[in-house]
Amino acid sequence: MPVLWLILIVLALAVAGYVAGRTRAISGAGDDRRALHSLPSYYGWNVAMKVMVPAFLALILWLIAQPFMVNTKATSLLPETAIPEGSTIGLVMSDVRRVADGLDLAVEQGLLSAGEASELSVTGSDVRGTLGSAGVAVGTEITPEVLAAAQSYRATNATGNLLRAIVVIGLALLGGALALAQTKPDFRARNSVERGIRGILVGAASIAILTTIGIVLSLVFNTIEFFRIYPASEFFGSFTWAPSFGGGSELGIWPLLWGTLYISFIALLVSVPIGLFAAVYLSEYAGPKFRSVAKPALELLAGIPTIVYGLFALLTVGPLLLSVFGRDGLGWMQAGTAVMTAGLVMGIMLIPFVSSLSDDIINAVPQSLRDGSYGLGATKSETIKQVILPAALPGIVGAVLLAASRAIGETMIVVMGAGAAARLSLNPFDAMTTVTAKIVSQLTGDADFASPEALVAFALGMTLFVMTLGLNVFALYIVRKYREQYD
Amino acid sequence: MTDATYTGGKEPAKHGLLTVDARTKKRNASEKRFRMYGLAAIGAGVFFLVVLLGAIIANGIGAFQQTFIEVPVYLEEAKLDKTGNRDPEEMAKVSTFGYSPLIQNSLWKVIVDSGAETPLEDGGDVKQMISASAAAKVRDWVLANPDRVGETVDFQILASSRVDGYLKGRVSRESIAQDKNIDAEHLDLVDALRAQGVVHKSFNWEFITGADASESRAEQAGLGVSMLGSLFMMITVLLLALPIGVAASIYLEEFAPTNRFTDFIEVNISNLAAVPSIVFGILGLAAFIQFAHLPQSAPLVGGLTLTLMTLPTIVISTRAALKAVPPSIRDAALGVGASKMQATFHHVLPLAMPGILTGTIIGLAQALGETAPLLLIGMVGYIATNYPEGVFSGFLSPNSAMPAQIYEWAKRADPAYYERAWGGIIVLLVFLLAMNLLAIVLRRKFERRW
Repeated sequence: MPVLWLILIVLALAVAGYVAGRTRAISGAGDDRRALHSLPSYYGWNVAMKVMVPAFLALILWLIAQPFMVNTKATSLLPETAIPEGSTIGLVMSDVRRVADGLDLAVEQGLLSAGEASELSVTGSDVRGTLGSAGVAVGTEITPEVLAAAQSYRATNATGNLLRAIVVIGLALLGGALALAQTKPDFRARNSVERGIRGILVGAASIAILTTIGIVLSLVFNTIEFFRIYPASEFFGSFTWAPSFGGGSELGIWPLLWGTLYISFIALLVSVPIGLFAAVYLSEYAGPKFRSVAKPALELLAGIPTIVYGLFALLTVGPLLLSVFGRDGLGWMQAGTAVMTAGLVMGIMLIPFVSSLSDDIINAVPQSLRDGSYGLGATKSETIKQVILPAALPGIVGAVLLAASRAIGETMIVVMGAGAAARLSLNPFDAMTTVTAKIVSQLTGDADFASPEALVAFALGMTLFVMTLGLNVFALYIVRKYREQYD
Repeated sequence: MTDATYTGGKEPAKHGLLTVDARTKKRNASEKRFRMYGLAAIGAGVFFLVVLLGAIIANGIGAFQQTFIEVPVYLEEAKLDKTGNRDPEEMAKVSTFGYSPLIQNSLWKVIVDSGAETPLEDGGDVKQMISASAAAKVRDWVLANPDRVGETVDFQILASSRVDGYLKGRVSRESIAQDKNIDAEHLDLVDALRAQGVVHKSFNWEFITGADASESRAEQAGLGVSMLGSLFMMITVLLLALPIGVAASIYLEEFAPTNRFTDFIEVNISNLAAVPSIVFGILGLAAFIQFAHLPQSAPLVGGLTLTLMTLPTIVISTRAALKAVPPSIRDAALGVGASKMQATFHHVLPLAMPGILTGTIIGLAQALGETAPLLLIGMVGYIATNYPEGVFSGFLSPNSAMPAQIYEWAKRADPAYYERAWGGIIVLLVFLLAMNLLAIVLRRKFERRW
């Protein structure tokens, strides 16, 4: 039974439960609502909730667990010999899945009867041709082992789906029946419903934790897998990055880290002075009219998606820089994609980030400090330089660190503007590449997830995650530790 | 003697409020300079904004116009319907290869009639001027109107991307010296036909509603299918992120006791807001595709990934909106006997709704423009040529998304696709602008201050 039908059935049961619970409560009180502990609708909700919550929880767990079980069972059917030279169990399993899906489709389109599909053998019929006419192309010849595994896959899946339907609907009915049995006039239905809602709220809030756990787990497991087939000492010790999907890659992280830091440095070199001066002017000099125009204009830059900046770097800034510093000009630049291109554009992107954070911080410096300084005869700029900026310094440093973390994690601009060659060079007009750009290029190929060339992306992701998280925590620490309390 | 007395030496300089001495001058100059730096910084920011928007509009506006050739095509019965009984099923056997010569010969006839002088000899020589998609377009029309076979029908046929580029100034006689796809003679013909109005530019709805095309048919590519992909993704994000985000915020703001668990959730949310978007892409790849075996490139997976990414934004703005509701409202509700849950859901939440919606729309706008996570879950590299067949396949069958489509176009070698990438950005920015305006209007209209 498809999942959608299951969901609809449970929802229908919930509606029925609501009506039944409400009616039972009212009739139980002898049509006198004042005899009920809670409003009648709460009795209805109580039943509906107890129909839905256990059923849906079971469904979710089942949906996560079943592919696992089915996979393990089908994998155990594949003997070692069924895996061809140079292939992996993962690749064979994906063939198995494709064959199983193809058989399903063939049955659906009436090319095979359900019986034929499970009796099919490689010698007796043209399995590949049948699957092909069902619209599923299988690349390699189907071996008897793969077909057997696929049939067991289908069989286990079918049993699993049937069991799933029985368990989910059974739980819904059971929950509904128990809740209906509870429904008496003095039953505290509202408290029960509110406890349930509270549980749902806690569950929603825990999704943040689940997401973090998901990120950490997906990074850690794949990184461990990577270090099992590629030595960590080379990943952290080698100065060359030369992946080749044929094997024998050198995957040293340093050229990527260097590119990342170099580009981020140039981006900060552009964005921090502009952003900081803009913030100072906006908060100290600008009149309300000027501010109401200039501030949104700057913040518009922050609302533009990064793909736009990427295209801007690739097609506008790159060629422009090339015409000045390229072969026709100073001869420093080989191609439009370079550290400078990506750094400049990223700097533009970060201007509003720095300026609005610094603006808030400067505005938070109390007026009495300014007045004191003016009273001593200081000019406005002297006040800013000698009183306000020192007072705001921890916050500003925090803002710059946050901007740096943004720059390190930025993807689209470097993918499109920085080039693809990993090199350690000091020339800002050379093409270099970054951690994020390589995550994209290593994971968007057709590689399977078992090769070191693909798995390295997870190790890079882990590095990136640790770096940005560290910077954020450090920024918070600086702000907390050195912030002056003026109140 | 406690008074210090001046005992001679140099006279102090005679200052006055009206005479400005050198030091004051220097200080004032430095003041002015500092002020100028600030203005210059803002000027630089605004300058970058103007250059960026200028580049987008200057490069992208051309994508909305396309070159068409008006050709009266003679639908020859002997070629298209040999049996003559106008049966669409039989006529469907004639592939686009059967239609191409008809169109080329008709175009050749137009050229001969126009009296333009050309060294080219027949219809086969001018096929470079016509889009490869023209035959399919005429075929579809004929199959829909089988009774018009044998007549001569006027078609607006897409010109090839080189001809289009020539009219838009992207292609010139110098730039095609090495180009096998078109020759200078064709451009001469285009000039002649253009003078007569046969070749003309007009607004290109196909760019907004059409499907993506293969690498060699830039003139045919459109955003429509990827727009649907983005739409299904946004529906997923809205349906998941709004309820989950609001529920989480209500718990944290109204019910959570101050303990370690609550603290842990708060730290998690603020950290997730700072995690680079590409890391969410890795999560989506590992959790939804590797682990849960959901289909690759599906808008559902994109939506789920973007949901996780948008949740912190929505939680943060929702909490701010809930915080802005004054405690007196809660107290009043509790005072007349409401439970805490009733006070929250009947009174606080409705009052916070405008703020929540504003935050959600801004979160959605952010998700709509996000590209990096989509690269990892396979929404790039998939050429979105088919419209989804229904709501189900809209969520589950492979598709692209607007930003992914723009990236895909920017990667292609033909410069004609660059124009389309810029044009796609204009469409994307129009959507973002509309969403942000909606958020501003909502805030202006419904915001209450207490």
